[in-house]
Amino acid sequence: MTVSYALLGLLEEADRHGYDLKQSYDRRFGAARPVRFGQIYRTLAQLTRDGRIEVTAVESGAGPDRKRYAITPEGVADLDAWLGEPAEPEPMLQSVLFTKVVLALLSGRPAATFLDAQRVKHLDAMRELTAERRRSPGTQAAMLADYRLFHIEADLRWIDHAEARLAALAEEVRDGTPADRG
Amino acid sequence: MAPLLTGVDLHKAFGRTRALRGAGLTVAAGEIVAVIGPSGSGKSTLLRCLAAIIAPDAGEVRLDGRRIDDLPDRTRTGLRRSEFGFVFPFGQLVPELPAAENVALPLLLAGAPRRRSLAAARDWLTRLGLPDAADRRPADLSGGEAQRVALARALIARPRVVFADEPTGALDSVAADQVMDLLVDAARAQRTGVVLVTHEPRVSAYADRTVLVRDGAA
Ligand SMILES: Nc1ncnc2c1ncn2[C@@H]1O[C@H](COP(=O)(O)OP(=O)(O)OP(=O)(O)O)[C@@H](O)[C@H]1O
Ligand SMILES: [Mg+2]
Repeated sequence: MTVSYALLGLLEEADRHGYDLKQSYDRRFGAARPVRFGQIYRTLAQLTRDGRIEVTAVESGAGPDRKRYAITPEGVADLDAWLGEPAEPEPMLQSVLFTKVVLALLSGRPAATFLDAQRVKHLDAMRELTAERRRSPGTQAAMLADYRLFHIEADLRWIDHAEARLAALAEEVRDGTPADRG
Repeated sequence: MAPLLTGVDLHKAFGRTRALRGAGLTVAAGEIVAVIGPSGSGKSTLLRCLAAIIAPDAGEVRLDGRRIDDLPDRTRTGLRRSEFGFVFPFGQLVPELPAAENVALPLLLAGAPRRRSLAAARDWLTRLGLPDAADRRPADLSGGEAQRVALARALIARPRVVFADEPTGALDSVAADQVMDLLVDAARAQRTGVVLVTHEPRVSAYADRTVLVRDGAA
């Protein structure tokens, strides 16, 4: 989903071959998670079928990379619409952390121990990301690290908050009824 | 790393409130240790015991292996001036004095010549990105600028340990990052140990180690 819009954005900047798109994608968005060629070519095929991009040149030779792609006016309009639409905040109730806490309480396992271990793991991750950001040469890399840092921090705040309210939550989970929210 | 500052099994009660019940912490030269934990868990009390601002009821604090918790008040005050630097969330600068004089205070109190102290203060302000702030009073600085002035003051006398209690408490994340980058770089460069109390995970992530205080124990 996001990858297809990222490719549209890169093609709006300039016509490109598939290989070039992968390189540009990894450099700008990939960081720790480079995109696979397979996904690039699948996405390009889909975008071509949808009329959001088109093949402008086919060079002689073998391999899937002989095509050169360009964005179409429909593609530009689609990219515009996507950029203009705010994204849904993640539905946190589905999160692994929440499920683990409730499951631990339900089964009488020590939820506080789980939260403590999770806190250590999160803090370690933040320390590594902070060191990485302090070493990073450019604003773009630093801001990608920042994005992750703020999200891990949000989890940590929830962990602290949950730990402080564990007794009330335990009561509610055991009884199956909402406790008084004091 | 040989410990620079050590607190062992510290206890402190305020009336019926047992603020510390067996808390301990070790900092090496050039090491940054974050202290985190719920509100009221005893973080600031631990910091004040380690910094010889208050005396613990039991336990001991050592600097370079020497006991400092049981020294007489006047000796402790002198020790704080010569060996320690402090950064608090706000309101620590002398409002009547321009930034450069605020920064120079630790040197002036130690009896350094005025002209040389003020020149060193201006150097520090430039290093911390505030070359134009030297003649301004605290009221004419933004919160982030005032925090950098406070940081310069904490570091100027090359203390062995800097104690920072919520140093970014009143700042937004950009100003907080700036203050923390400067604190970490300076601590590494002059081998200063740092005890950093914070409730912000982003800030504690600058530390080499994190210590969790809970119910007065760490
Ligand atoms: N001078 C004092 N007189 C009486 N009680 C005190 C004093 N200083 C601290 N306390 C109490 O000791 C306990 C620990 O306080 P402390 O300031 O160390 O907590 P903290 O972890 O720094 O909290 P916060 O995150 O809110 O700053 C609290 O219950 C507090 O009310
Ligand atoms: Mg405190």
